[in-house]
Amino acid sequence: MAQTWNRVKQSWELYLLILLPVLYLIIFNYIPMFGVIIAFKDFNVIKGILGSPWVGFKHFHNLFHSPNFPLLIKNTLLISFYSLIAGFPVPILLALALNEIRTGFFKRSVQMITYAPHFISTVVMVSIIILMLSPHVGVVDRVFDFLGFSNINFMGEPGLFKSIYVWSGVWQEMGYASIIYIAALASVDPSLYEAARMDGASRFKKIIHIDLPSLFPIMVTMLILSLGNVMAVGFEKIYLMQNPLNLSTSEVISTYVYKVGLLGANFSFSSAVGLFNSVINLVLLVVVNSIARRVSENSLW
Amino acid sequence: MIIQQKIREPFGDRVLLYVIYALLALLTLTVLYPLLYILSSSLSSPDAVVSGQVWLFPVEFSMRAYKSIFQSSQLMLGFYNSLVYTVVGTFINVSFTILMAYPLSQKKMAGRSFFMILMMITMFFSGGLIPTYLLVKNLHMLDTRWALWLPGALSVFQVIIARTFFMASIPHELQEAAQIDGCRDIRYLWSVALPLSKPIIAVMTLMYAVGHWNAYFDALIYLRSEHLFPLQYVLRNLLILNAADPEMLANTAQSLRDKGFEQVLKYALIVVACVPVLIMYPFVQKHFVKGVMIGSLKG
Repeated sequence: MAQTWNRVKQSWELYLLILLPVLYLIIFNYIPMFGVIIAFKDFNVIKGILGSPWVGFKHFHNLFHSPNFPLLIKNTLLISFYSLIAGFPVPILLALALNEIRTGFFKRSVQMITYAPHFISTVVMVSIIILMLSPHVGVVDRVFDFLGFSNINFMGEPGLFKSIYVWSGVWQEMGYASIIYIAALASVDPSLYEAARMDGASRFKKIIHIDLPSLFPIMVTMLILSLGNVMAVGFEKIYLMQNPLNLSTSEVISTYVYKVGLLGANFSFSSAVGLFNSVINLVLLVVVNSIARRVSENSLW
Repeated sequence: MIIQQKIREPFGDRVLLYVIYALLALLTLTVLYPLLYILSSSLSSPDAVVSGQVWLFPVEFSMRAYKSIFQSSQLMLGFYNSLVYTVVGTFINVSFTILMAYPLSQKKMAGRSFFMILMMITMFFSGGLIPTYLLVKNLHMLDTRWALWLPGALSVFQVIIARTFFMASIPHELQEAAQIDGCRDIRYLWSVALPLSKPIIAVMTLMYAVGHWNAYFDALIYLRSEHLFPLQYVLRNLLILNAADPEMLANTAQSLRDKGFEQVLKYALIVVACVPVLIMYPFVQKHFVKGVMIGSLKG
């Protein structure tokens, strides 16, 4: 005990440094965590968070029995898994391909151009989508027109929403997401390639037997992280892409929380929905992590 | 025989390599084309855009859209506000991140793992939208610039990257030598550790800055006064709320011409919004890559 106290005294400046960020964490992260109790209360602006009456699981009950609930869950999960299935392999393939070609002008250009869309803001990205797809004047619709399809109102077609959301995401993020795999490939032991060449392995075999296995640990990590985020789909982009025509396939839990909570001033119910969302996410993260640990010995913790 | 093998790859390998080159070229064009198309459309005449003549290069070159953008006071104000949010917000971000990361990188600090856990928990649990909103409201920060600076001032991910860097890249001997000379932590951080950490601070600054410049959601929930709106929020009102208006889809012959100019204006707005980020992009691309790589080392 005295020893610890001595160590604290000796490095008191460290505690001075960390004071501000820790205060910040407590105020802006831990107080809202505590504020989540309004999900179990009937929040009243005048009475405040502590003074509002407890109502137990009323809001959760209402959520589970709301006619919107199955649709919200379905949309959230479908968009999430669609993004995962489409978005997960592409950066890996891109990294494998880039790893095969020689460093030079072509490789640098490919990398520079494919990374660039990552830095486009959500607002601009959605504007680009809407403009390119707009009926009559958008370039995509003109191509479809040329191919003999009549004018399609892409953004107003509920059946197309998920594909537009997912593939525009792949377009925007594949390059940037490949960086981490490229880094992993750069650190593969060169003697493995030499040994493979001695044994007469073809290029394809080298990719399958050396490159892919060396990416495996990072793939598992990324997979756990994205599965742990299954319920937290990209709110900002979906909200901007929504319009009254596509709501049936585009309304997800997070957009619903925003609309009911802030626009509808239904704070307690909306907090309950948000809490339900985070709990599912956390459970998923823990489950997936433990499965990964058992199956592959790779895990986050 | 051996020499021959060195010079010529097997047939199958060469074919695979050509296929890879072709696919990469195709992919790059897919990424590049929409960007070029937007740039060209923004520089074309409304007639050419609406009648679908623009495919790759500008048709009937015109800068009219850009002129009207720079005459819009709303947009210029948005630019100014975004600049203020980005500069001040990034300064707060970077300061907090260093203040948090440096003590966490010091093994001698008692209770280090407690602070580490305190921070990591926030990565997995959060109060969510409504409790955070209520907090900001109770702190009387609604509709002030502070609402865009303080919530989210610290990214756990960036702290971990900075901490890893402090631990891995700054030699321990330096600190021991400094301590013997009577240099305590604050002075050591300021005059030894920070100057050695310029690369990581640059990466951090860029990541935070891009985040601030591109953000619109905080403004959407916390701000009400028009004179505080950042560029992205103004853009959203101009580009998306307009475009989602179903009345615009039912176009008549007369409105078509007006709509034509609106279209060109939108393309030009997109270009203007991207310019600040894309201008610095080629210079900083390497740093971004480095940042991701440092982040991928487990801390």
